[in-house]
Amino acid sequence: MSRTPLDTVEHAAATPDVELPWAELGLKKDEYERIVEILGRRPTGAELAMYSVMWSEHCSYKSSKVHLRQFGEKAPENDAMLVGIGENAGVVDVGQGYAVTFKVESHNHPSYVEPYQGAATGVGGIVRDIIAMGARPVAVVDPLRFGAADHPDTKRVLPGVVAGIGGYGNCLGLPNIGGEVVFDACYQGNPLVNAGCIGVMRHEDIHLAKASGAGNKVILYGARTGGDGIGGASILASETFDDAKPSKRPAVQVGDPFQEKLLIECTLEAFAEKLVVGIQDLGAAGLSCATSELASNGSGGMRVTLDDVPLRDSTLSPEEILMSESQERMCAVVEPEKVDRFLEICAKWDVIATVIGEVTDGDRLEIYWHGGKIVDVDPRTVAHEGPVYERPYARPDWQDALQADDAGKLPRPADGEELKAQILKLVGSPNQASKKWITQQYDHFVQGNTVLAMPEDSGMIRIDEETGLGVALATDGNGRYAKLDPYTGAQLALAEAYRNVATTGARPLAVSDCLNFGSPEDPAVMWQFAEAVRGLADGCQQLGTPVTGGNVSLYNQTGEAAIHPTPVVAVLGVIDDVARRTPVAFQEEGQLLYLLGDTREEFGGSAWSQVVHDHLGGLPPKVDLERERLLAEILISASRDGMIDSAHDLSDGGLIQAVVESALLGGKGARLVVPDGLDAFTFLLSESAGRAVVAVPRSEEVRFNDMCGARGLPATRIGVVDGETVEVQGEFELTLAELREAHETTIPSLLA
Amino acid sequence: MTARIGVVTFPGSLDDRDTQRAIRLAGAEPVALWHKDKDLKQVDAVVLPGGFSYGDYLRAGAISRFSPVMGSVIEQAKAGLPVLGICNGFQVLTEAHLLPGAMLGNDHLHFICRDQKLRVENASTAWTSDYSEGQEIFIPLKNMDGRYVADEYTLDKLEAEGRVVFRYVVRGEAADGCGNPNGSLRDIAGITNEAGNVVGLMPHPEHATEPLIGTGRTDGLPFFTSILKKLVTA
Repeated sequence: MSRTPLDTVEHAAATPDVELPWAELGLKKDEYERIVEILGRRPTGAELAMYSVMWSEHCSYKSSKVHLRQFGEKAPENDAMLVGIGENAGVVDVGQGYAVTFKVESHNHPSYVEPYQGAATGVGGIVRDIIAMGARPVAVVDPLRFGAADHPDTKRVLPGVVAGIGGYGNCLGLPNIGGEVVFDACYQGNPLVNAGCIGVMRHEDIHLAKASGAGNKVILYGARTGGDGIGGASILASETFDDAKPSKRPAVQVGDPFQEKLLIECTLEAFAEKLVVGIQDLGAAGLSCATSELASNGSGGMRVTLDDVPLRDSTLSPEEILMSESQERMCAVVEPEKVDRFLEICAKWDVIATVIGEVTDGDRLEIYWHGGKIVDVDPRTVAHEGPVYERPYARPDWQDALQADDAGKLPRPADGEELKAQILKLVGSPNQASKKWITQQYDHFVQGNTVLAMPEDSGMIRIDEETGLGVALATDGNGRYAKLDPYTGAQLALAEAYRNVATTGARPLAVSDCLNFGSPEDPAVMWQFAEAVRGLADGCQQLGTPVTGGNVSLYNQTGEAAIHPTPVVAVLGVIDDVARRTPVAFQEEGQLLYLLGDTREEFGGSAWSQVVHDHLGGLPPKVDLERERLLAEILISASRDGMIDSAHDLSDGGLIQAVVESALLGGKGARLVVPDGLDAFTFLLSESAGRAVVAVPRSEEVRFNDMCGARGLPATRIGVVDGETVEVQGEFELTLAELREAHETTIPSLLA
Repeated sequence: MTARIGVVTFPGSLDDRDTQRAIRLAGAEPVALWHKDKDLKQVDAVVLPGGFSYGDYLRAGAISRFSPVMGSVIEQAKAGLPVLGICNGFQVLTEAHLLPGAMLGNDHLHFICRDQKLRVENASTAWTSDYSEGQEIFIPLKNMDGRYVADEYTLDKLEAEGRVVFRYVVRGEAADGCGNPNGSLRDIAGITNEAGNVVGLMPHPEHATEPLIGTGRTDGLPFFTSILKKLVTA
């Protein structure tokens, strides 16, 4: 068997005319030319492999970067921010010496190809990002979107995704405390599988991804490197360098949560003994990313001997080793005298750990293979100085017609009977129905600190057993609103997540996001993206909640059909004492129900317009962020001072959806009266933002009313917690049994 | 004086810290035990916690059963050391033949996490004396392989000797935590050995020990107060 000579730096310099498969690796001609210009010669195969993955949309954010800058430029003054955008995850101060890190990421495409492994490794990736900051992961959340609930492919994708999230997360010992499940035909073929994680640490334990200190050792630890997760590399390996090799490696990675659990424990033990100078997880772009980011963030250079990387498959080429996305691997920078102890801890947990290189005092990243130097680059050019595109964008020509198609003109129910029938249909529709069949496949209890978990408005975790300090996290997004108006849609997602944190009694502190859109090469999609980012950045500035980091997922489209623009926003909140948390469920009969906020005739993008009329048009609800802030302050004060016993945010499905959920969870009904100035239909089904429904003990009514009055928040008494039915006076009555039947059987009957 | 109760950490154990907390809440002293150590540190009782020890590879509990610590646990359990196996710990106890029967995959093939209603059938074991016979309690359940099976002879023997400790309450609304959640034979949720010192169950009492946390119930605390009383009065 003849082998082509090793493509070393020397060889590349001597053979400038060799054609490399840059196009197959996804690089554009001008991008390739720029690499040649940077290096002053053609790249070696290994260098090309590194640049191609690091300059991909996924790793370089080349289409989104120019817009994402606003999150930094418009960042509000916020003392809580300890680590901002650019690291593995942002870190905020939550008081009492604790810091919290959190982030949401997408694993959309892999989850469509292979639902179980795609979703499982999505959880694995986000968890490693959190560990890499020095934190112990304490909870995960999963915002999910699928095609139509009754589409046959949804029955393939959803159960696999749910089993994958459960199979991985449950095995890691992380409680799953929140997220969303949304169905819409626009996600057919492009399901959105986003995964979020929260981690907790002491301030002094924050770790960053940088390699400093010449002579420090670079240690790769965790799973062996295999051929999984190599996309473009197979082309490089099989067509150019060695045709005797197997080609077309599977592009979706395979997860091993047991290995990840060991990785968590051994990393935290190494942190506790202060053995780590810098750390980076291996996710997208694997070793290419970890080595180039560690080196470019630190003060020196780095030298790596690729032969020392433990392999699962000895036939892997150096390009494949650099591009492999094998899961459950991390890279740590450790001072020489601490290496033995680090390796000892890895051995205790049966984790393979190998010194693969060291930090140098130069400024180059050099990688060796079989004695030859196959990479010699300035790591910044790989990790941070990739291409940046000013993609053209334009408001689509159909936007006006869509907004003109006002949902307010849709036929409304003629009488109480019809209203009742539509509400029963609404609470049993796939999007509004109970997701218990899904969420009960996730462990909510592990770690013994879960205060609230779905279907609560936000998940809540106790982080200090002595003081009761806790954090809350809510994720929200509404693609239908964003399609009607991406700027407002993004702000509505922010407002809802912010409100959901406040209804549980926690103070909103910071934001992470996962921006899911179609192809950036379509100017209409790019406009949606630009508008959504602008809306979110403006909204965060106004609410005083900085974006600490996030993720962009583009190309969620099949042919010409893009998904609805779907910015998913996660808001993190803090609560001084979790004993003061407010649940969704009605607690006691006789308590008074108050509607907080203003209700207008707002039906554009509403659940009612979708369920009853299969309609999407008009404008989404108006956003008033000052009102959101006031509402949040009232909810937090009321919860802290014991003025409310339950609270529920009003969003899709409006007031009636919220009341039905509180009633079913508490096993107690409600009698409602339509307030003056509103018709029953608008009262029950409008989706005006900035609202919540709360249950006030009679003894607290005066105090609560006084507080709302003094601060200028409209609070309308709309009824009482009572009986075994949900009754709207003069309109209709539904028994809890009927409602439960409608609300809880839909999802199992479609998917079980 | 108080009792020292060991909690074994296997690679892949998940509820070890939670169990230590539950022991502390009950007033006893938790002692961390490591799977590679034969030394049980002279503890008065041992809990094998839940999780996916060794990734559940081969079969849940099958590899853990051969760990160095289990050699000591098996030996001392036979001599009367109180041992409680929760979920994966129960699976380890059956693999170790300290308890009869085995756990198969749930009959509905999904992981299930919910608050489960149980009936206490035997309130005279080392771990259940603070309950009363026939008492109905809520304990969170979360597992993939929770379907208890044994041959008819063994099941009859367990019943005849009063060694079924907990049964799933089947009659009632699913929304109230009723129903057999995994297809366990004779609705068995937990059993004990002939001496009554070794108990295993699938639900997680350590997750029901604080009023604010999890389901907000504390029905699991008597497991830990039962053993504490037995040890300090012994």
